[in-house]
Amino acid sequence: MTDKAQTDTNTAKPHNKTVKKLLFVVLSMFGFGFALVPLYDIFCDITGLNGKTNTSAVNYQANGIDTSRLIKVQFITRNAQGVPWKFEPILNEINVHPGEMKVVSFYAKNNAQHDIIGQAVPSVSPGMAANYFHKIECFCFTQQPLKAAEEVEMGLQFYVDLALPKDINTLTLSYTLYDITAKSS
Amino acid sequence: MTANTLNDTNEASVHDSTTELGHDEHHDHKMTGLKRWLLTTNHKDIGTLYLWFAFIMFLTGGALAMVIRAELFQPGLQLVEPDFFNQLTTVHGLIMVFGAIMPAFTGFANWMLPMMVGAPDMALPRMNNWSFWILPFAFAILLSSFFMESGAPNFGWTFYAPLSTTYSNGSTAFFVFAVHIMGISSIMGAINVIVTIMNMRAPGMTYMKMPLFVWTFFITAYLLIAVMPVLAGVVTMLLTDTYFGTSFFDAAGGGDPVMFQHIFWFFGHPEVYIMILPAFGIISTIIPAFSRKRLFGYSSMVYATSSIAFLSFIVWAHHMFTTGMPLFGELFFMYCTMLIAVPTGVKVFNWVATMWRGALTFETPMLFSIAFVILFTIGGFSGLMLAMTPVDFQYHDTYFVVAHFHYVLVTGSLFSIYAGAYYWLPKWTGHMYSNTLSKWHFWCSLISVNLLFFPMHFLGLAGMPRRIPDYALQFADFNKWVSIGGFAFGLSQLIFLAVVIKCIRGGEKAPAKPWDGAIGLEWTVASPAPYHTFSTPPPQKDIDNADQHEH
Amino acid sequence: MGKHKPIWLVLVSLVFINPAWAEMRLNLTEGATAVSKEVYDLHMLVLYICTAIGVVVFGAMFWSIAFHRKSKGVKPADFHESTKVEILWTTIPIVILIGMAVPATHTLIAMEDNTNSDVTIQITGSQWKWHYKYFDQDIEYYSVLSTPREQYQNQQETTVEKGINYLLEVDKPLVIPANKKVRFLITSDDVIHSWWVPAFAVKQDANPGFINEAWTNVDEPGVYRGQCAELCGKDHGFMPIVVEVKSVADYEVWLEEQKQLIVKAAEAEKASLSDSMSMPELMQLGETTYLAHCAACHQPSGLGLAPVFPALKGSPMATTGSITDHIDIVVNGKAGTAMQSYRKQLSLKEIAAVVTYERNAWGNDTGELVQSANVKVVSGDEQ
Repeated sequence: MTDKAQTDTNTAKPHNKTVKKLLFVVLSMFGFGFALVPLYDIFCDITGLNGKTNTSAVNYQANGIDTSRLIKVQFITRNAQGVPWKFEPILNEINVHPGEMKVVSFYAKNNAQHDIIGQAVPSVSPGMAANYFHKIECFCFTQQPLKAAEEVEMGLQFYVDLALPKDINTLTLSYTLYDITAKSS
Repeated sequence: MTANTLNDTNEASVHDSTTELGHDEHHDHKMTGLKRWLLTTNHKDIGTLYLWFAFIMFLTGGALAMVIRAELFQPGLQLVEPDFFNQLTTVHGLIMVFGAIMPAFTGFANWMLPMMVGAPDMALPRMNNWSFWILPFAFAILLSSFFMESGAPNFGWTFYAPLSTTYSNGSTAFFVFAVHIMGISSIMGAINVIVTIMNMRAPGMTYMKMPLFVWTFFITAYLLIAVMPVLAGVVTMLLTDTYFGTSFFDAAGGGDPVMFQHIFWFFGHPEVYIMILPAFGIISTIIPAFSRKRLFGYSSMVYATSSIAFLSFIVWAHHMFTTGMPLFGELFFMYCTMLIAVPTGVKVFNWVATMWRGALTFETPMLFSIAFVILFTIGGFSGLMLAMTPVDFQYHDTYFVVAHFHYVLVTGSLFSIYAGAYYWLPKWTGHMYSNTLSKWHFWCSLISVNLLFFPMHFLGLAGMPRRIPDYALQFADFNKWVSIGGFAFGLSQLIFLAVVIKCIRGGEKAPAKPWDGAIGLEWTVASPAPYHTFSTPPPQKDIDNADQHEH
Repeated sequence: MGKHKPIWLVLVSLVFINPAWAEMRLNLTEGATAVSKEVYDLHMLVLYICTAIGVVVFGAMFWSIAFHRKSKGVKPADFHESTKVEILWTTIPIVILIGMAVPATHTLIAMEDNTNSDVTIQITGSQWKWHYKYFDQDIEYYSVLSTPREQYQNQQETTVEKGINYLLEVDKPLVIPANKKVRFLITSDDVIHSWWVPAFAVKQDANPGFINEAWTNVDEPGVYRGQCAELCGKDHGFMPIVVEVKSVADYEVWLEEQKQLIVKAAEAEKASLSDSMSMPELMQLGETTYLAHCAACHQPSGLGLAPVFPALKGSPMATTGSITDHIDIVVNGKAGTAMQSYRKQLSLKEIAAVVTYERNAWGNDTGELVQSANVKVVSGDEQ
């Protein structure tokens, strides 16, 4: 029956159009999946969620110091997987005024028999405070190579933003130390 | 009641050259044997292939579950090592989601959609063949990993990083490869469904005259093309993190393991709606048929299904309440998740209203459908409880969650598949199934499935975490009963196998429309349905008679 | 079958034999804190609402099933839509949901308020144990499952009875004061774990590289047990949490005791440097240390679990390789693998013993002995 052959060619065109549109959706969504990676980072950056603080230096930009508030800043460290360094804050807690610049030190010693390159990864809790915790200089911005038995004191220069929400008066900065010797070679 | 005289008979006609692979017009016989099944582009054949594949995978995944329940029968590690136990739970989940439920619904889509819209076949028959045949290949890859040194994937079907990347047992590559192939199959199938429904409806069948079954599959297909590519993306990131030095999910390299969960669940949540919307379509077909009453609120059913699909995109993080989300994130996702209860409730009420003051009979499809409405709703209730963030902290990653999703997937999706199978077996095979055996299947399944999954609510509330091969002593009694229910449920499914084989081989001859309350174009063709149907479109009269909206 | 009883007989008898195991509670726990009680109340509220809705909806269905049957000769009604009814059963659920959302929001806001705590504890999950560090004190330790292996390895028939706290007991529990706000800073050393104590209604994921906060304030002293709540590998079910809540006075005493213990341990470490243990002494201590800390991965048989956990039996590392390298990998771990550093988890003596054991057990038979001083050379000045 020829009408079937006719309908076949008649439907082929709209099929192609529709299929093309759907394939476009498929490819866009595949791209969207990957786009979620930078989007997620941007979202975290803007909102400070997930405790991610700046990973590159910022300039000091506060307009003065708010002496009416005292913020407790705590420091904790952890060696992921037992990286064989001694890694700890010299002071584990310090009180600062918002807008006040402070410097604290961390001690690190490579206890292994071989050289290790370490990377400290920061995380702030509560997550909402991360956006208001500005690191001017931090050893976490760069890799830290230490030879066997070498020790070092590393500095962190920071200030807490004046706009820190009123309901936050304690924040904790955690550094997780990773061994990235293999990754960087 | 009588076959539509304009339809073809069982012998294929010459002019189907465009729908059969590589045959010229001189062939006028159907292929036979292995070649038929390997090369077919016929939607009925492909539907049959999907359905059998799904059932075989279901029995395979079920066998894995039997080993899991055998280990959990008593406290202590009697049968398997903990790492192998994790492989069992992981592969059980992957098989059931990607190998059983999804292909089963695709089988229904293939068999029924062309007939329901009055089309001769799916829009893209050759792609249809490919969509099916890559699936056994994908699952062969996945299952073969059991026999490799690394073992099968052991990181849960949700494969969170970095357990699945840096700390993987080496099965990650096979896992990713298999998932990519399954994803391609689903995407191709979804494209086929959408193009068929959009372009090949018989003239006179407007969107609002389509059966609700067609609507639910249409919407499901859109969900599939939207989120399967995201799954493809996230497993690709998993692959590169594991083998090619990227750090998407590795904090040491500046990445974030929680981001994995965001991307995965952006796929994962719509995925569970992909697994339930077709069920809603099947139930919406069967309940009116056996109530002898039109589906209540056809339009609102369409809108409710669309709302559920839309909402499914903005609730994903309700799987992540314990990851350390900020307060407003938790509140947003809690509210949106609770909101999904509204259109879902509307659907349940509409089914009940369909039954209300109907003239009910209780053939096996109706039994499974009634069980679906009650038990799926129970699964919905536990879902609502899980949505409440503060209490979710107590339920998350416990057997309460396991109970919830097994209620919606087993007594939900699986029961709807059984309902649909019994409903359409006469159309597919030309025979009535054995009523007695089918009733045995139903009642044994109903009782054992509740013995299997209901106590899991209590186990979760009492504090038993999920994905553990051994447990504290206070959980022993309930685990014992759960295991017994599991063994009974597993055995009961063999009754269904017997029903199907028996029905294919013979039985009471089925008329074109064995169910007097049924409506739909599929009932205007003979039983078994001729190999080619609706080579010429159905007349408007038939389309109007099949209309659930205006009957 | 041989020595083994017919499986079916065992299974059938197990169905009916009910050893005196602890009773299981059916409902969520009310817990031991104000927050956990609020959570329980919320749970009951939702449960009651769902039950009520279920009764109504299922009631209607069962009514239909009973009275609207074709066999009773009823004629099916004609109605198939009603906008009024649809609006009604859309808005009523919305109102009910709002009724649930309000108390839920209130409870959640309270739970997320981690400010003004009295004690801060750093909790780290790793495969497959917890580590606790008291923020203001120099007290830290690992907390490992203490249920003996024979109780849970039941592949062979066993007559070892399971203890009452089977799989929910640890060697060193977390100790916190009652009636004080205790803040937890939770992270992980490797994969994602989750710290959960049902009695506190606290469950927070331990994400590697990030910290999460949670808090609790426990009303009553007592012992509270929980489990890891995120699949983290093969022994996910074997890393429980035990929290001992003491009165404030008892807690202070305990802190002092811990500080004494740390001093004593340091002294013992120093003293052990001059130790010269005999082979039998080393093998005995080595074996118990190995079974407690190493066997989970390397297996009691020393055969490991290929390909992730290498065998020690017959391995070059434990036979022909240098003793220094062997000590180094135990003390410092191996980056890029699942082998952690045990420097902080084991004393010098224990490391010496376990390395000796590994080099002599399972037919490795090197005859080599390792003393604490040897370990000290590798581990260096600091612990």
